[in-house]
Amino acid sequence: MILCDVVGTVVMTVKHPALAGEKVLCCQPLDDAKEPAGAVILAVDRAQAGVGDRVLVMREGNGVRQIIGREQGKPLDEAVKMDWPVRSMVVGVVDRVDVAPRGASVGGASLGRARDAKA
Amino acid sequence: MYLARVIGTVVATKKADHMTGLKLLVVEPVDRANKPNGEIHVAVDVAQAGEGDLVTCVGSREAALAIEPSFVPVDAAIVGIVDQTDWVADRVRA
Repeated sequence: MILCDVVGTVVMTVKHPALAGEKVLCCQPLDDAKEPAGAVILAVDRAQAGVGDRVLVMREGNGVRQIIGREQGKPLDEAVKMDWPVRSMVVGVVDRVDVAPRGASVGGASLGRARDAKA
Repeated sequence: MYLARVIGTVVATKKADHMTGLKLLVVEPVDRANKPNGEIHVAVDVAQAGEGDLVTCVGSREAALAIEPSFVPVDAAIVGIVDQTDWVADRVRA
C-alpha cells in the first residue's frame, strides 16, 4: 500500500460495468517527506475518503477482488477469479504518519535507508 | 487506473488468436493539466471510446480481465470515458 493525497475525483457514465456506482478518486502518491511523487493514480474508494484526505491506496488487483468478492458474499477462491478490472483501491483514511527524517540515525547507526546516500 | 487521452487507432489483422475482434486505440497518459506524462501505448477499448476522448485505463492483469472472455493477451484496457474531473488547488495542504 502507498500513501497518497486525494487530489480530485473522476466522473464517468460510459464505462466498464464493474465500475457502476463506484466513486473514483484521483490519488497523488507521496514520498517519505510527504511531498507529491509520481503520477496520479485513479482508485476506487472503499474508505469513504474525500478530496483533501490523506489515504492508503492498495495497488494489487487480487486484494481488490477479495474485498469486492467478500462484499458480494463470495468465498475467497471464487472472489479472486471475478472479472473485476480494477487494481487500485483506497483502503484507509490516514490520521497520522511519522517517518524518520532523512539521514536520521539511531544510536549512531544510520537507519540504512537507501535514500540517505542520495540526501 | 490512470487517465489517458485517445490519440489514434490501430488496425492489426494478423495478431494473437484471442485478440480477434478487439478494438485497439493508441492512448497517451495525461496528468491533471491534460499534459502528456507517460509513454504512448496501445490499449484495448471496452468503453466505445473514440479519438480525442479522455479515458481511464487499467493495466496488466486487470486489463486482461476487462474483456470477455477473460485473460485475453493484452496489458492495457480502456474501462471508462471521463465526463468530468475535479481537481483541488495544487497544494492540498499548505
